[in-house]
Parts: sequence; C-alpha cells; structure tokens
Amino acid sequence: MPAFLLLTLMTAIRILSRNRLRAGLTMLGIVIGVGAVIAMVSIGEGAKAAVQAQVASMGTNVIIVLPGSTTVSGVRGGQGGAVTLNVSDALEMKKRIPLLQDTGWAKRDVMQIVNGNKNWNGSVNGVSPSYLSIRDWSFTSGGPFTQADLDAAVRVALVGQTVVENLFEAGEEPVGSVIRIKNVPFRVIGVLAPKGQSAQGSDQDDIVFIPFSTAERKVFGTQFIGSVGALFATTERQEDLFAAVDQIREFLRARHRLQAEQGDDFTIRTQVDIGKVQEGTSQTLTVMLLSIAAVSLLVGGIGIMNILLVSVTERTREIGVRMAVGAKRRHILMQFLIEAMTLSVVGGTLGIVVGVVGARLTTLIAGWPTIISGNTVVAAFVFSLVVGLFFGLYPANKAARLNPIDALRYE
Amino acid sequence: MTSGNGQPVSLIQCADLWKVYRLGDVEVQALRGLNLTIEQGEFVAIMGSSGSGKSTLMNMLGCLDQPTKGHYWLNGVDVAALRADELAEIRNRQIGFVFQSFNLIPRTSALENAQLPLFYRGLPLREQRTLAAAALERVGLKGREEHYPTQLSGGQQQRVAIARALVTTPSLLLADEPTGNLDTESSREIMTILDRLNKEEGITVILVTHEPDIAAYAAREIVIKDGQVLTDRRTKPGHPSSLVGR
Repeated sequence: MPAFLLLTLMTAIRILSRNRLRAGLTMLGIVIGVGAVIAMVSIGEGAKAAVQAQVASMGTNVIIVLPGSTTVSGVRGGQGGAVTLNVSDALEMKKRIPLLQDTGWAKRDVMQIVNGNKNWNGSVNGVSPSYLSIRDWSFTSGGPFTQADLDAAVRVALVGQTVVENLFEAGEEPVGSVIRIKNVPFRVIGVLAPKGQSAQGSDQDDIVFIPFSTAERKVFGTQFIGSVGALFATTERQEDLFAAVDQIREFLRARHRLQAEQGDDFTIRTQVDIGKVQEGTSQTLTVMLLSIAAVSLLVGGIGIMNILLVSVTERTREIGVRMAVGAKRRHILMQFLIEAMTLSVVGGTLGIVVGVVGARLTTLIAGWPTIISGNTVVAAFVFSLVVGLFFGLYPANKAARLNPIDALRYE
Repeated sequence: MTSGNGQPVSLIQCADLWKVYRLGDVEVQALRGLNLTIEQGEFVAIMGSSGSGKSTLMNMLGCLDQPTKGHYWLNGVDVAALRADELAEIRNRQIGFVFQSFNLIPRTSALENAQLPLFYRGLPLREQRTLAAAALERVGLKGREEHYPTQLSGGQQQRVAIARALVTTPSLLLADEPTGNLDTESSREIMTILDRLNKEEGITVILVTHEPDIAAYAAREIVIKDGQVLTDRRTKPGHPSSLVGR
C-alpha cells in the first residue's frame, strides 16, 4: 500500500502540473486563507506579547489600592479625590496581613523640574523605598534611596529616561548633578531603566522619584500629613493575589469603620484585572480573525471540490479504463483524495510562506511587533490538509462509485 | 482443469443468462436466457447487429457487469455472486481488455500504460517496469516505451493496449471491435498479434466484430440475435483442448 500511495501521489503531482494555471487558481483560495491566518495571528500574538510586557512592567503580583471619591455638596470628586488612605494604613496592612510580602505608597503631582537652563514638566512622585521594589524599577546608573533617606527627608531624586532626555545634554551623566523641583534642590542619585508605555498608554519613563517624606514636607505642601495617592502591595505567589485582595478590603473597611450598608471608600485593582481587559480585547480580535480564516478556507475548499468535480467528469473514461484493468473503488477514491490533498497542502505551504513574509513585511514597514509561532504554522498546515480531505471526499467518492461500463462509454 | 467433483471445467460457462435494463419506463431485455460454453485456448468471434446484445454479453464476460438472472462461471467461479471489488480482482488477474478506441491513459507513456494493471495489483515498481517492457516487446514496440499515445499511430496505440492486456498473463483476452478504428494494414497487424497469442501462448481470445474478414481469423463464430445465440459454428478445424493444461 505505501508504494501505491507514493505512486498515486506522483501521478497526482504530474496530473496537476499538466494544468498549472488551473491548479494554481484552485490553490489560491487556500493560499490566501492560510496566508491571512498566519499573518494575522502573528500580528495578534505580537500585540499580545507587547501588552503582556506592559502589564508585567507594573511589577509582579501587584495590588493597587486607590482612595475613594469625595462628595462635596453632591459633586463627586472622582477616583482618588479623597484622602481616605494614608501611610499608616500601608504599615498596618503589612503587619496584619501575612499574605502580603511588602507594601508601599506613593503620591504624585506634575511639577516643573529645572536643570541649569533647561526645564521640563514631569510627574514627580513621593514614594516609599518599598514602592521601587514592588514596581520592579531597576537602574541604568546609581541606585535607590533608603529607609534612612525617607526617615530624614533627604533631598535626593531618581530620574526616568524621558526626564533625562529633556533635562540633560546627550552624554551628560545625571547622577551627582543637582536638579530643582519647585525651586527645591535635589541631588540625582539614580537613573531609572526604561519601561516604555504602560498598559494604558502613558509614558512610564516621564517620572521623578523622591522620598515620600521629602515630597510631603518640602515640595507638595500637603494639607493632610500622611495621606497618599495610592497604596501598593505585593504577594509572594500569584495564587494568593485574590485572597490578599479580600483581606485588604476587610482590613481597610474595619479600619475605616465602615458600616455594612456603606460602600468601600477605596478601590482595589490588581495587575491581573488590568491584564484581563487587554486579554479580552485580543481574544475578541482572535475570534474575529479565526472566523475570517475559516470562511476563506471554506471558500478555498469549495474551489478544490469544484475543480475536482470537473476533473472527475473530464476523466470519466480514464476512470472506466482504470476500473477495467482492475482498479478497486478504494484505488480510485485514493487517487482523487490525494489530488485534493496535494492541492490543499501545496496551497497551505505556499500560504505559510506568504503569511510569514507578510508578517515580516508588517514589522518592517509598519513597525508592528509580530510573532510567528510554530503552533500556528503547524495548525495551518494540518487544517489545510483537513480541508483537502473534507472537500475531496465528495468528488473522490463520486468517481469511485462510477459504474465501469458507463464510465467506459462516456463521451 | 477440473472442478471439485472431478468434472472438467470450461473457461466460460453461461447458463440461462439474462440482463434486463430499465431505460426510463422501457424495459430492455439485452440478454434473454443465453447459454454458451467456451473452452480454454479457443479463438472465438462474436458477431451480431447492433442491439443484438453482443456488447452486453462482452461486458458480462469481462466481469464489468453482472447478470440480472442466471449464472456465469469463469474458471468455475460464479461471477453473479461477487462484489464489485472481487470483480475488479478477477478483471485484474484473469482478463485482458482491448477496446475499439484503444482507451489508453492520455499523456502517459506507453510503458506506464502497460504497467497499469500491475500497479493496481500492487507489484513493486521495478517488477512492474520489467514486465511491462517485456509485454511491449512482445507486441513489437521495443524502443517506444517512453512515447505518449499522441506520438504513436493508431495501430501502435492498439498494440500498447494489447501489451496492457497481456502484462498480467490473463487466461482470457476480450477484444471489442479491436480493428474498428484502424486501416487495413494496421488491422492485419493487430489480428496477426491476436492470432499468435492464441496459437503460441494458448490465450483464449474472444473477439467482437461485424467485419467478416476479421471474424475469419477466429476458429469459431457465434452470432447473437435478440439476446440469444443464433448460430454457433466452427470455422476452422482442430480442437483447442490440445492446448488445455499447457
């Protein structure tokens, strides 16, 4: 049987190559279908990976607690408007909730930063030293400030890449220089490694970190000492994230003496929630792409079926001769099935090439990230094989069921 | 050749053979209780006007069709009871066909055309080629193995068809108006080959024709009319049984 299959395959290739234009046009549907799938999935995967990298840039297993809104004469201040969270919440939370590995806090404002004759309006953040490790910030030069700096409210600053680009000459070393924030001089002790865009699309590198206590006392002029813009917490394991969220909620409600009928005066978000939104979007996109792919493969398959039906009719006499000299039904069936699968597999292979080239060109021309996964390529190949098998079955069966006498007499 | 109970078995034995078609509302009785016996090694010409049932009989004898009623024993096997794939097996091993219109596979070399029955028998490729080349040589086409049908004359094409029929060393060769599309010279060549195969190799040849001079090559002439044997006469002396069991 294997020898039969090999020879039948050779015959199929010869028959198809006799009519190259026809075979090519028949394959075109599959080529376009598979090519589109490969290219689209590559672009989708590339976008997904970029989003995942952004989400990961938040740090690992991060929980963010934001203050609730204020309501003044019925006008609600929006998220983070109230001053319901403070430093002691963070410190107590860490003591009382063992699941939490660490907690940190931050408060931000946009301010003018000056270096010599250059100035820049950037996001100035007063943070705890723990915040830096929770959010996974690393340094290209220098290093973080310490608890001692926080305790003594020392005027030191860490600067992000965007700030460096706008305040310093190219090649100038920021570490050791003195910048002024709201006219208060700060010594730069570290330059942050770039993180790029956040999951929401903002520039994470347009940032300056200073110790929280320094910010409170010397820059922001805070009305309520100890109030924070956001609390951050982290767990050791991702599985504990949701349990930790529940415990934080319970803890904060008790601490803020909220009654059962009152809503939370804070909002808790996790990295997973943020990732989910993005994943949902890309999933919708994937489903859409796959439906398009399914439709084009269906159309391609129908093309194959159509041309095979023509071929069966054209070769009716030949089928009769083959039957007369001893071809069994399965021999005829296999011959046409193999022809169908040759068309679809060659089409699928060309489609893979087209898709890979398309994805590369997209990266090259549009600059979008693309990832060509082996799984997609294998799936596309297998799928085109199945399309050939499925749509070849009807014409092949039609050929195999011919009556030898009728087939021999066919004009 | 004998059957299980010691009775000699003829190559072909038809008993009360009926074939009834339905063409729309009309019932066509192509064969009406035909009886016929042909021994191994005979050279038989079947004649008859169109519509006499001779084509139906040829299809039946060639195991391309099965009777509506009655029996056809080929080498003692009742063909009427077989399934399509078993018929294909019998055609492949015991019967060679030669058609009026040659029926070669287009754009396929003479050698590959001759190989075809062996291909379906599942022989190794090398053996297929050797046997097919030998069969082509027997019909005088050595050196034309790689020619396509369009590159061959009608007579040569028919010789390729004979080689294809011979390659499986069948016991029965069915030729349906083999010279119908050929000129006199080519016809003579083809008939000489068939005659030689019958005389020298003992292959049973059954020939359908309506040309008397072609029928004259055969040793026995059967005329079919209205689905029955009208006349059955020996036109040449000598009994073919001398070749049986060769």
